[in-house]
Amino acid sequence: MLKINNLNINYGGINAVRDVSFEVEEGSIVTLVGANGAGKSSILRSIAGVVTPRSGSIEFLGEDITGLSAEKVVKTGITLVPEGRRIFPDLTVLENIRIGAYLRKDSLDEDIKWVYDLFPRLKERSWQMAGTLSGGEQQMLAVARALMSRPKLMMMDEPSLGLAPLIVRDIFSIIKEINKNGVTILLIEQNANMALKTADRGYVLETGRISLSGTGAELLANEDVKKAYLGK
Amino acid sequence: MQSLITTLLTGISVGGQYALIAIGYTMVYGILRLINFAHGDVFMVSGMLLIFLSASLPMTVVIPIIIIATVILGFLIERAAYLPLREAPRMSVMISAIGVSYLLQNVITYLTGGQPMTYPTIPFLAQTVSVLGTKQTVATLITLPMVIVLVLLLTTLINHTKIGMAMRAVSKDFETSRLMGIKINNVISVTFVIGSLLAAIGSVLYFSNYPKIVAVSGALPGLKAFVAAVFGGIGSIPGAVIGAFIIGICENLIKATSYSVFSDAFTFAVLVVVLIFRPTGIFGEKTVDKV
Repeated sequence: MLKINNLNINYGGINAVRDVSFEVEEGSIVTLVGANGAGKSSILRSIAGVVTPRSGSIEFLGEDITGLSAEKVVKTGITLVPEGRRIFPDLTVLENIRIGAYLRKDSLDEDIKWVYDLFPRLKERSWQMAGTLSGGEQQMLAVARALMSRPKLMMMDEPSLGLAPLIVRDIFSIIKEINKNGVTILLIEQNANMALKTADRGYVLETGRISLSGTGAELLANEDVKKAYLGK
Repeated sequence: MQSLITTLLTGISVGGQYALIAIGYTMVYGILRLINFAHGDVFMVSGMLLIFLSASLPMTVVIPIIIIATVILGFLIERAAYLPLREAPRMSVMISAIGVSYLLQNVITYLTGGQPMTYPTIPFLAQTVSVLGTKQTVATLITLPMVIVLVLLLTTLINHTKIGMAMRAVSKDFETSRLMGIKINNVISVTFVIGSLLAAIGSVLYFSNYPKIVAVSGALPGLKAFVAAVFGGIGSIPGAVIGAFIIGICENLIKATSYSVFSDAFTFAVLVVVLIFRPTGIFGEKTVDKV
């Protein structure tokens, strides 16, 4: 579904991402794990069109989307749940949900019902300003907003960042549920344990390069991964 | 008593005219964090266009044309002078705005040869009506209701339409707005279009009080409207409107005393005092950011 070939990204004068290639299969959950500064965010941001890669190609559903602007990438069916959630604090919860469907012209009622079923907490807070939500609720809102564009591929940048362990578990179980509904997921995480348990396939990124890849279970069992990312 | 009524009515109407300019400053600031120094000059160009066109066309045709032309001017200024600097430091964009301001003044000076131009009488606005024993022009009386209607329309647009929602989103976060599929440049253009539209309407009402206008006639009302926007809390539309009314009324009350020469200085002194107690203005954004 998504093919990344020899991607290179410069960020602030340094090579943040070097010759990275990987694939995401339709219907799967794929994760990139790696330490802070390994280049994970840069990869997602270049797929989403907010960062232009220096070289390499990004192919989605057989079409080359390298260097497309963010607005055009959304139209192809890719959405990004950004790091730090980035909900719009002065918009109500419902407006945040609606703005996720900005490019759609059809009726949103069904989708709004779907995301409210996924996140009943958001329904209760429909008319509240999004800035007043707790961190976990904001993360749910960011996911709900992303789903409103009816994505084929949802990318998530550190969804567990700064959240309590219980809420992290909730978020990951919802990620699985969304995936069962036919949305392919590309997830990056510093919380490698949780991410690899959830993912069908994982890639380990070190200083801008992919150093290991395998199924989630394989990587969880790998000695190097255990030492470096799982604290065992 | 009668002179007080006249003073207050004049103050309210001048305040309303400042408000129509101030909304343009505050909206552009809200979305771009830019003080658009050229806005007062756009207002002046709008007045000059009316003078040029009224020489050969009837007023009922001229007014719609100048409103449309001012909107196009505001749109083009943003595309030509601010859009290319979107990633540049804010100070550079501000310098570009100052450049546009001088450009507009210079072009008008060139076209008019620096001569004051006679602003035509707009028959409908110049009619007098008696109010509580005083004689007022329609221009004075019509401003307040017009400002109220326009502000209501504008707040409805911002709070209850899709483009309004996009404007509020873009004013907070460019990048995330782009991730939603919003074309931020189009949204920014819309704010310039609205600001210029209101400035054009304001210019017709404002300049009809004056016999002649020159190339720098936009500077003082522009400056006062800018101060009104800061006073109300820059970025806030209700703030800008209320700030503008306070300035308009305040300056006309002082003008009615024997210290009328000092009206501008007094007005600004009042503002400074208020800003000492409310540094972000009446409706200013709280600067507390949740990390």
